[in-house]
Amino acid sequence: MDPRFDVELVAVTKRYGTTLAVDDISLRIPRASYCCLLGPSGCGKTTTLRMIAGHEAVSAGDILINGDNVTLDPPIRRGTAMMFQSYALFPHLNCLDNVAFSLKMRGIGKAERHAKAREFLGLVHMANYAERLPSQLSGGQQQRVALARALITRPKVLLLDEPLSALDPFLRIKVREELKRLQRELGITFIHVTHSQDEAMAMADLMVVMDDGRIRQSGPPREVFEQPVSAFVARFIGGHNVLQGARGPIAVRADRCRLGVAGDSPHVSGRVAAVEYQGTMVRVALAMDSGDEASALVPDAAFYSAPVEPGDAATLVWSEPDAHVLAEM
Amino acid sequence: MVVAVSGSGRALGPSENRPWTFYALGGLFFGFLAFLYGPMFVIYLLSFQGPNGGVTFPMVGTSLTWFRDIVKPEQMADIPAAFERSIFLASVVSAITVVTSVAAGLGFRRRFRGSFILFYLAVASLVMPSLLVGFGIGLGFQVLGLHNNMFTSALGAQLTWTMPFGLFAMFAVVNRFNRSYEEAAADLGATAWQRLRHVTLPILLPGIIGVAMGAFTLSYDEYARTTLTIGNHNTLPLEIYALISSATSPMLFAIGTVTTAVSFLLIGMTLVVVFRMQRRRRAIATEN
Repeated sequence: MDPRFDVELVAVTKRYGTTLAVDDISLRIPRASYCCLLGPSGCGKTTTLRMIAGHEAVSAGDILINGDNVTLDPPIRRGTAMMFQSYALFPHLNCLDNVAFSLKMRGIGKAERHAKAREFLGLVHMANYAERLPSQLSGGQQQRVALARALITRPKVLLLDEPLSALDPFLRIKVREELKRLQRELGITFIHVTHSQDEAMAMADLMVVMDDGRIRQSGPPREVFEQPVSAFVARFIGGHNVLQGARGPIAVRADRCRLGVAGDSPHVSGRVAAVEYQGTMVRVALAMDSGDEASALVPDAAFYSAPVEPGDAATLVWSEPDAHVLAEM
Repeated sequence: MVVAVSGSGRALGPSENRPWTFYALGGLFFGFLAFLYGPMFVIYLLSFQGPNGGVTFPMVGTSLTWFRDIVKPEQMADIPAAFERSIFLASVVSAITVVTSVAAGLGFRRRFRGSFILFYLAVASLVMPSLLVGFGIGLGFQVLGLHNNMFTSALGAQLTWTMPFGLFAMFAVVNRFNRSYEEAAADLGATAWQRLRHVTLPILLPGIIGVAMGAFTLSYDEYARTTLTIGNHNTLPLEIYALISSATSPMLFAIGTVTTAVSFLLIGMTLVVVFRMQRRRRAIATEN
């Protein structure tokens, strides 16, 4: 029993026949943290979440929640609650009955469970929609109800499977603030699966980058962004150029690169492939002479003082301390 | 393609004129509708034939004579009793079909070893000649020294027809069912039985009602499999067929009208029930 961690994965493996979906991963998630499992589709992040939830059997390894080994427990005995990607609100029940569902299953009387459900609908600002059916709610409202339904079980760990993917971009930013606030207020651990590095960086206390069934890097977002361990991580979290340095591969942040002339500082040259105006910055994509691609994020003022066009010859320049040596390709 | 057929050589583009194929296909469709409903309409009309009229036009006045004839005790066919038997048998067939096909539909979601073979074995009886299936069952009962009876051989023969149909229908229903509803229910502490009772069945209910209705109507007008397995007491279709081959009078038309009315009544009642269910949900929803 180690009370410092809400969730511990010990050499967890998931095999489907002969294919390895999750390959021997170990992870410790500290108390009351917001953890994001990040990776491309098929990397094993959702399978990992489902194994923690108990919806997927573990092929090998152990899962501990609050220090208890729950590897063989059914979902309800784990102290987890899951919010599904499509929310999975029961279409034949109104919001109130959806939220009260777990209490009903435990045999709690109607008056008591409805009162409790109203309280949790209030927590997600949906008290006025108690009698509505899920089909009469917008995506964002459905999500709040799904959240209330999960939280009413008083979980130690809330599992969220791509919770923002069904929302439009504006709502997404609003909802992620709310999720983060809720997590802080409740003081429980949230594990959030996403393929969006923006989302993970904005929300996570602990960011876990996965690929091919393995954890490639985990740590606070800032640490992962500033010190990616591999070319994969640097490319996947974005904003980096992976280049060939003097002593092996290096990653240089695109916003630390600028267009200039070859001098003493490190540089690569090529041709401008595309210019994208992004408001505060302009992204200049370069097709390098080596055949690789790189880009520079240039402040708009700097760009327009010396603009370039696709097809122009250009040189990408950075200063030595900005080059981060990658441990592996 | 339509443009090519019209042969005008005009480039594809928006046009307010419909191509001639629209009218050709429309005509074909209405011709089919006339073929489908015309004879039935004629039968309904002729069932109100006057007492001295025959089985063809012209109508010699109008009357309800032939409807009264149906329930007259001295008739050579006992239509009311046959009707009662048909409804009763169809209800039993429908209930058994629903239970087995819902269970099988849910079970087949998991691909187990041999599931394909099992599936094809289960539905193969749909392609077997109905008359031969009935003949085989009837013969089998005789060989075993059992009496053909409505609730043994005939029930079984009809189930060989309705259960594969029900299984197919449930496949379509279950395929659209999102598994995460059940996972969510498990996550919220529902036992397997509670998941079925409070989540799976209520969500599948409209499809299940459809299967029940389908099985009921299949049984209600089943002839080929029933005729050699029914034993001594006929169901309605068998009784009607016996009547057609022995005597023709507008009473046959009256029977047709009544049985059609019963079918529509049944469908209408089901629709009302489903509609009420939806409206209740909507009413609950708009209360606040």
